[in-house]
Order: sequence, then C-alpha cells, then structure tokens
Amino acid sequence: MIKKTIISAVVAMGLTSSAAFAAGAEAHVENYDFSFEGPFGAFDVNQLQRGLKVYTQVCSACHGLTYVPIRTLSDDGGPQLPEDQVRAYAGNFEVFDASLDDFRPATPVDHFPGSALETAPDLSLMAKKRAGFHGPYGLGINQFFKGMGGPEYIASLLTGYEEAPECAPEDFPGSYNKAFPNGGIPEECKDEHGHVTIEGSWIAMAQPLYGDDVEFDDGHEATIESEAMDVSAFLMWTAEPKLMARKQAGFAGVVFLTLLSVLLYLTNKRLWAPVKRKED
Amino acid sequence: MAGIPHDHYEPKTDGQKWLHTRLPVVGLLYDTLMIPTPKNLNWMWIWGIVLTFCLALQIITGIVLAMHYTPHVDQAFASVEHIMRNVNGGYMLRYMHMNGASLFFVAVYAHIFRGLYYGSYKAPREITWIIGMLIYLLMMATGFMGYVLPWGQMSFWGATVITGLFGAIPFIGDSLQTLLLGGPAVDNATLNRFFSLHYLLPFVIAGLVIVHIWAFHTTGNNNPTGVEVRRGSKEEAQKDTLPFWPYFVIKDLFALAVILAVFFAIVGFMPNYLGHPDNYIEANPLSTPAHIVPEWYFLPFYAILRAFTAEVWVVQIASFVTGGIIDAKFFGVLAMFGAIAVMALVPWLDTSSVRSGRYRPMFKWWFALLVIDFFALMWLGAMPAEEPYASLSLIASAYWFGYFLVILPLLGVIEKPMAQPDTIEADFAKNKAAKTGGTKTLVTPAE
Repeated sequence: MIKKTIISAVVAMGLTSSAAFAAGAEAHVENYDFSFEGPFGAFDVNQLQRGLKVYTQVCSACHGLTYVPIRTLSDDGGPQLPEDQVRAYAGNFEVFDASLDDFRPATPVDHFPGSALETAPDLSLMAKKRAGFHGPYGLGINQFFKGMGGPEYIASLLTGYEEAPECAPEDFPGSYNKAFPNGGIPEECKDEHGHVTIEGSWIAMAQPLYGDDVEFDDGHEATIESEAMDVSAFLMWTAEPKLMARKQAGFAGVVFLTLLSVLLYLTNKRLWAPVKRKED
Repeated sequence: MAGIPHDHYEPKTDGQKWLHTRLPVVGLLYDTLMIPTPKNLNWMWIWGIVLTFCLALQIITGIVLAMHYTPHVDQAFASVEHIMRNVNGGYMLRYMHMNGASLFFVAVYAHIFRGLYYGSYKAPREITWIIGMLIYLLMMATGFMGYVLPWGQMSFWGATVITGLFGAIPFIGDSLQTLLLGGPAVDNATLNRFFSLHYLLPFVIAGLVIVHIWAFHTTGNNNPTGVEVRRGSKEEAQKDTLPFWPYFVIKDLFALAVILAVFFAIVGFMPNYLGHPDNYIEANPLSTPAHIVPEWYFLPFYAILRAFTAEVWVVQIASFVTGGIIDAKFFGVLAMFGAIAVMALVPWLDTSSVRSGRYRPMFKWWFALLVIDFFALMWLGAMPAEEPYASLSLIASAYWFGYFLVILPLLGVIEKPMAQPDTIEADFAKNKAAKTGGTKTLVTPAE
C-alpha cells in the first residue's frame, strides 16, 4: 500500500522550492498512496470513519475543526454516518450559545468546536494548506505525477517522530520530527555556513500516535502508519468535502467538451472543405 | 465599418426597415459578425475568442460568488469556506473563477506574443495594440485585487508587498499608498476598496474590449503574412478573405472547446495546483510567511522588480545622478512598469518595414529568445532572492529591455527581409499545396 520509494521533498511555502535554499530545513515527506488520488480516486468511507475515530479520540483533545459543520458527517462523499449517529456524536461536544449566554451540547447544525489548546492549529484546512512542497526545482513535478499533497505531509508528520539526531543537545525544546520543516533547529546541527545538516526540525506537539491508540470497529489494524493514513484521509475530507462531486463534475465536463470538440472539428473541416478545394 | 469592401446589411421586411431607420442595431451586429477576415489566419488567431470567453466566465462566476462573499476581515476567509462547503455548486464556481484567472492570463500572454511575432502592433494597428495593453494592465490590477479577497496569508502579504511598491515613489509615495490602503496598513478598508474595484474593473475591461474590437475591425485583422487584404474592389477583397461567420466562429469554437476540456480537467482534478497553499491559512498580520510569492502570471515582472538591487551599477548611477531620489526600491518599481511600457511602445520601437516575423530571418531568433526569456523570468520570479537567481534575473531583465530598446530598432536597419507573398490568396494557396502535395513544411513553433 505504501510505496517504498521515499522521496525527499523540499518543503517550501509555495510554487517554489525556495525553502531549501533559504531556510535550510529539508523535510522528509513519504509518498503514501491514498484512495482519493488521481482523476478517478474516491474517498474510502470506512477509512474516513476510522479517521474520524482517530481525530475524536486523539487529535480533538487539542485541535479543532471550526469550518466543518457536524451535519456534513452524514453527507455523500464523506464519512456517511447515519443521521442518528451524527446527532449522538454531536452531543459529545459543547458549544457556546449566544442566545442562552451559556454552553449547551452541540447539535448537527453546529460546527465542530475550535482548538482546545490555544497553540494547536485548527485542522479543518490542514490538508490543503500543507501542500506546499512543489519540487523539484519549483516545477511541481512530484505533485503532478505522484499526487503528493497535504495528506502525505500529515501522515509523514504523524509517523515522523524519531530519536533526536546526536548533534542535538538533550534539553532542546520540542520533539524531533523528520517531516516537520518549520520548527527550531539547534545550532549544533548546522555546519559552519549555517546550513542544516539534518532532516526535519523540532516540533512543539508531542508524539500523538504510537499504534493501538484506538480500537477500530471494523477490526482494521491500528498500527501507527494505518492510523496516520486514516486520519490524514479524514482531514483531506474536512479540507475538501466536495472532492468527489468535484471530480465527477470535472469528468463530465471533460467528456462533454471532448465530444463537442470532435463535433466542432468535423463541422469545421466540412465548412472549410470547399474553400480549400477551390484553390487546387 | 471595416475599410475592406463587403456586403452590408439590407433590411428587407417593413418591420426590419422600421427598426433600421430608427436604430441600426441589427446592421451593426451583422457587419460585426460578417466582417471580411483574412482566410490564412492560423491557430494563434484563436486567443481572442478564448479571452472573450474568459471575461464572460469571470464576470458570471464572480457575480454569483459576490452574492455569498463577505468583504470583512473577520468574515472574508470564513465566507469563502462557506462558499466551498454550503453553497450549492459553490466549490465549482470558486474553482472555475480561480483557475479562470489563470486561463485568462495564459490566453492573454499567447495573444500578446502572437501580436509581437506577426507585427500586429504595426501601423495602422497601433491603437488596437495600445488598447490591448491597457486591458492587460487592468487585468493585472483586477487579478491582484481578486487574489486579496479570500484573505489568506498570501492575499494579505501580497497586498502588503505590492502596495508597498507605490510607497517607494518619491514625494507622493506615502500619500498614494495610504490612499490605496485606506489607512496606514492593509486592513478592512483595503479589503473593502479592493472588493469594490475588483467588481468594477471587469466592466471597464469589457468596455475597452469593445473599443479593441472596433479598432481592429476598422483596420482589418492582421494575418500570418502581414500582407494587407486587397481593397480595390469587393471581388478582389473576397479572394483574400472569408466572412467571420461561419468560417472563423466555428474554427474558434473548436479551439475553445479543446482548451476548455483541459481547463475542466484542471478544475475537476487539480484545482489548487496553480494556487498557493498558504492562502488556505487565514491572514495573520503578525506572522510573515517564509516566502511571499505572487501568482504565476505576475512572476516575470516580479523577477524584474527584484532584479535591480542596490548592488547593480545602473541603480547606483541612477541614485547618484538623481541625488538619491531614485533608490533601489524605486528603480525596481520603475523597471517593472517600464518592462510593460516598452512593450506598449513597440509600434514605435520596431523600425522594420516588414510586418510579419515569418519573413524576418534575424528577428525570428531574437524573438524566440524573448519567449525563452519570458519563461526564464517567470521561473526566476518564484525563486528566492539570492545567488545564482539574482544574477540570472538581472541578465534576463536586461534582455527584456534590450530586445525592445536596442534589438528591435537596430534590426529594422541591418536585417535583410525575405520575399513576402504578393497576396493573402497566394499564401493560402501555397499552404494548401504544401499540405496536399505530400511535402511537409517545417513551421516555426510560434506559428
């Protein structure tokens, strides 16, 4: 399932691989294969439901999903929970109601709450805003051909916690993560020109997943890798809930316009034939 | 209205005559659609229709998006997410509008470079060219302001950087920047005026498009040979031309359908590929992104802006001569706008009597280099401001100015042009013979 080809993607903020040259930190993003990649890729409903469980039991302790209405959990192209389950699920959260001037249990029409921990970023759009590695040489080839994007980054980050490299002092704040590009890097891990000699950097978030953190209802194995992929897929859905409808619309558009092109090509040929024949 | 003799609209029924004597609108439409068009136009003459389509697409999708968008710093970002999640078909509208801007610029660059190669800017089409350049400038302003509206990180910091350029203008810069921003920094007032102008400018563009079409309908289209249509009599003109409808409408629609198939593939399968992921982070005035990169269609001129740093000797001379009024920042701004200005002035910079690049053996190579230069600048604009990119940017910028200010004026004097066909009819017949005669003619990529 996971391609063993490990690519060292340059994590840059944008159309460019600029970070590699400027900031120095290179990070290690693995090219996971997700079911929703490619023009015909679709979300795996079971995976989204597993990812929701990982989010609920692990991530939601600190991170919010403010842009996601809870009701959309039952939408087509999403985790497709039955409506009674969505209602029960919503009750797990408390939201502030201005009209009551008090907290009340959430209902499906409410959004997921925001981050419980102030320093924890909201995860609604994480899978889209961390798609910024555009290598090599800023040409976007990895992204185009391998479907590399935010979900790869999230899964790599969640599985990227490792023993800190030897160059780092014991008391350096944060946890070392080989997939995290923007964190602190101890001076000891830079050469005399200030270039970083290691991959990744130190992240404030402690390692969240170790494997067997949740028990999946469908009996799916809960290794750290499968949990990371499941929650990454779920976060792709929270970032792009209309992904499947969009691909279908795009496909219909391409098919229709291809047919139209053929018809117009033939019309054009027929139309010009007498003009071109006259010249002979 | 065209200078080429052709049949005009004749009202036949009483009703048609009644309307025609009061408002000759049918005649105007008829003459516009039936305009005699050189029959040897190649596939680079399809971009006008693509551009017209883009303008319509952007206006229609934009009007609907504006119904659901909230131009307020606290709500803009969330309202875009509301469009993406809750508005029926909102995700398609927004992705079409986003990528529609890219298609618009792909088409406008193809259209401009076609004009530069075939000498479409030369007399008597200077006004068409100048109006076109104005449209291009307005497109850039509109595109830039539209990119600010989602209020993401790149929106905010892009706006900060670009409006800062106006602050670099000596004496009036500060007041000008305050006027643009509606305050000392990018804030709610900026977002509101950008939204207002982003809605207004497309209609100004639409007006200029009509003038653009009016101008080249008066002079007649250029064509790949650059040889004018014979205008001695209607019969003579008909040997060189065909009416726009149906011959060119169908041809252009075919090209448009092919281009839109690719467009829909991008919108459907990779709508964020051309965008910047940082724009999915809500604007935060306290956190500067590691790299502020404009949209791809601004990159060539952004590279020129950044190329002229304080270390460049031209900049140092300018600074010395003007007593420091022109500093490096202002020089960069002048260079960026100058790069567009030299392009606008090309009708008077090109001294060659031959219109089409097809019959200019030396010009061809310099032009090919200009196209490469343009793409090189685009790539360099996305690279960080450090070596070797800084030096490469300077070389590429120098060539851009060199092409327009030195090479084009000189070529007209030293180049010996090749023989041009006598008539468009002869060129059309020759192309036809080449295609059916079994000998494959090599065509330059620009054609």
